[in-house]
Amino acid sequence: MTAAETETPLSAPLDVGFDYTRSVGPVLGRFVNALRERRVVGVRGDDGRVHVPPVEYDPDTARALTDFTDVGDEGTVVSWSWVAEPLDGQPLQRPFAWALIRLDGADTCLLHAVDAGSPSRISTGMRVKARWADETVGHIRDIVCFVSVDSPPEDPAPAPPPPPVAERAEGEPVSTVITPIHLHYMHSASPEESRYLRGLAEGRLLGQRCPACGKVYVPPRGACPTDGVPTTDEVELPDTGIVTTFCIVNVPFLGQRIKPPYVAAYILLDGADIAFLHLVLGCEASEVRMGMRVRAAWKPREEWSTTLENIAHFEPTGEPDAPYESFAHHL
Amino acid sequence: MGKQLAAVLGTGQTHHRAKRTDVSMPGLLREAVDRAMEDARVDWPDIDAVVVGKAPDMFEGVMMPELFLADALGANGKPLLRVHTAGSVGGSTALVAASLVQAGVHRRVLTVAYEKQSESNAMWALSILPPFQMPVGAGAGGYFAPHVRSYIRRSGAPEHVGAIVAAKDRRNGALNPFAHLRQPDITVESVRASQMLWDPIRYDETCPSSDGACAMVLGDEAAGDAVVGGAAWIHATAMRTEPTTFAGRDQVNPRAGQEAAAALWREAGISDPLSEVDAAEIYVPFSWFEPMWLENLGFMPEGEGWKLTEAGETAIGGRLPVNPSGGVLSSNPIGASGMLRFSEAAKQVMGRAGDYQVDGARTALGHAYGGGSQYFSMWVVGSAKPGS
Repeated sequence: MTAAETETPLSAPLDVGFDYTRSVGPVLGRFVNALRERRVVGVRGDDGRVHVPPVEYDPDTARALTDFTDVGDEGTVVSWSWVAEPLDGQPLQRPFAWALIRLDGADTCLLHAVDAGSPSRISTGMRVKARWADETVGHIRDIVCFVSVDSPPEDPAPAPPPPPVAERAEGEPVSTVITPIHLHYMHSASPEESRYLRGLAEGRLLGQRCPACGKVYVPPRGACPTDGVPTTDEVELPDTGIVTTFCIVNVPFLGQRIKPPYVAAYILLDGADIAFLHLVLGCEASEVRMGMRVRAAWKPREEWSTTLENIAHFEPTGEPDAPYESFAHHL
Repeated sequence: MGKQLAAVLGTGQTHHRAKRTDVSMPGLLREAVDRAMEDARVDWPDIDAVVVGKAPDMFEGVMMPELFLADALGANGKPLLRVHTAGSVGGSTALVAASLVQAGVHRRVLTVAYEKQSESNAMWALSILPPFQMPVGAGAGGYFAPHVRSYIRRSGAPEHVGAIVAAKDRRNGALNPFAHLRQPDITVESVRASQMLWDPIRYDETCPSSDGACAMVLGDEAAGDAVVGGAAWIHATAMRTEPTTFAGRDQVNPRAGQEAAAALWREAGISDPLSEVDAAEIYVPFSWFEPMWLENLGFMPEGEGWKLTEAGETAIGGRLPVNPSGGVLSSNPIGASGMLRFSEAAKQVMGRAGDYQVDGARTALGHAYGGGSQYFSMWVVGSAKPGS
């Protein structure tokens, strides 16, 4: 067993999220704008069936559908599933049922929440009606949920705040709905990368050499991408090297963590066979050159952790540039 | 056992814009599909299978979009495949569709690729930062700019070559009624005066962010024979892939692209591409990739691609018109951009390219690349049947 195999890989959360904007188009647009008026609109397919929500194209003929028709806001539960522990972002924050509901006048089912209180109070065939939001914005959430027609809950579930609304001119119909999506991952580094990251936390740069081609990879990969064999020979590298090539980033963008302009450069450490991207500071951006000799500028030791960010940037050493021929094969 | 003959029966595309908020995602695809089916003179019962492609799901935040697109694509009850090879996906999607015909499995296949960039932000989606990493990444421009610098250093190309490409492609785009950017008055000087974004890449040397889709109907020999005015016959196809990074990787002239091109010319029976190809639609999202890919594709020797560009030979009327449609620099619905290159090549040899038709085009190249220059897909189409 190598050290890499006995040490626990490092993990950290990775949260990715964005407010996606959905263009609803002429058919779902009709649906959400009707919801804003507390009406439910369906569309008649080529076989005469009424689809709710309306579908843009007939599922059998693929023809664009335009024969809209209003349906009721009451209907029948066709099937259901109990949600004992609601998740963030779900329509209700207390136990509820997801149900397929066939609205009166519709031939297909709408999926929505039923505020039934307990699984004993919902059943297939049960009659339900829409509970409309106090403020409607043109979104499926304009229906807070459905409730039993015969015995609606005595303590209705609190309604969540209305969903975010895309900007539009006063009086204009809804053409875009905002759909926030957030993904929460636990990102794990490989055993080899974890060893490299733990090295960084001690101010060391650890790579691995391929036993077949002899190339030194930093960060180590665990396997050589060219030869496909495990890279088990550890190599400690100095914190000096050269800039192979670079660009100057002048563009601001969402989520950017470094203020532009900055030099994003491929740094080839002395003794390594592959470059990695890092910052070059300590001179004017216009003075950065291909082949320029650089050294790591480490953050204060007390700020170090298991990340390449321990190196704040690279800066010129003042030594003569490496000749182009010495690094041309790294471009 | 050889491949069956296959041909492009018709093509269609959307009007590409920064924001097509007038249509849903399915509606965007249908706009291209309806035009392609009309161009091919086919109806839904004629279509045997559907192959759809798009770039990363993160761009629109829809996982497996092909499932909710099935109705719009008339795919219910038919084989529906989704292809994904990053920015090259429009090209590889067309090649997967072509292979279904070449294999003799289907007579007519509908293929479509798209991106609706306005529903998200590709720059953000390409700059997600996993833990432990240095936050240097800056979207596709930040990724490719250092390699453009390497090309300029390696080839000794003069600085204005990138601007020549940008001005040419945007002026070509002005001839294309579907193009997103239509700039008939752009000049080399105005491009050079535009803001430096990812030095050495300037604002006017970068592709726009577009909503758009492209579709084609491909068919077998009998279907191709029936095309009024002549189909675009598929003479050769090639795809190659390589890792994004490995020690000694040539990032300027990637081996996967070189090998794909060599295989492509061999299959097409082309020994001198520069003389034998009449028009080329090459994936050029940043201007400097025109000279880089001219070399990678074997049109010019290594280090000399820029000379063809600088001499004006890649303009319409030149020795090898490159991107007469305006290319990726004029319209960039990412997932569709590769299929646009493939379909524009087909339109040239079918004589259906309108105001940007290259006179007498009989043989054309469609090309796409994606990821960190790690996916390559390309085809050669001709007005004559292969071997005839």
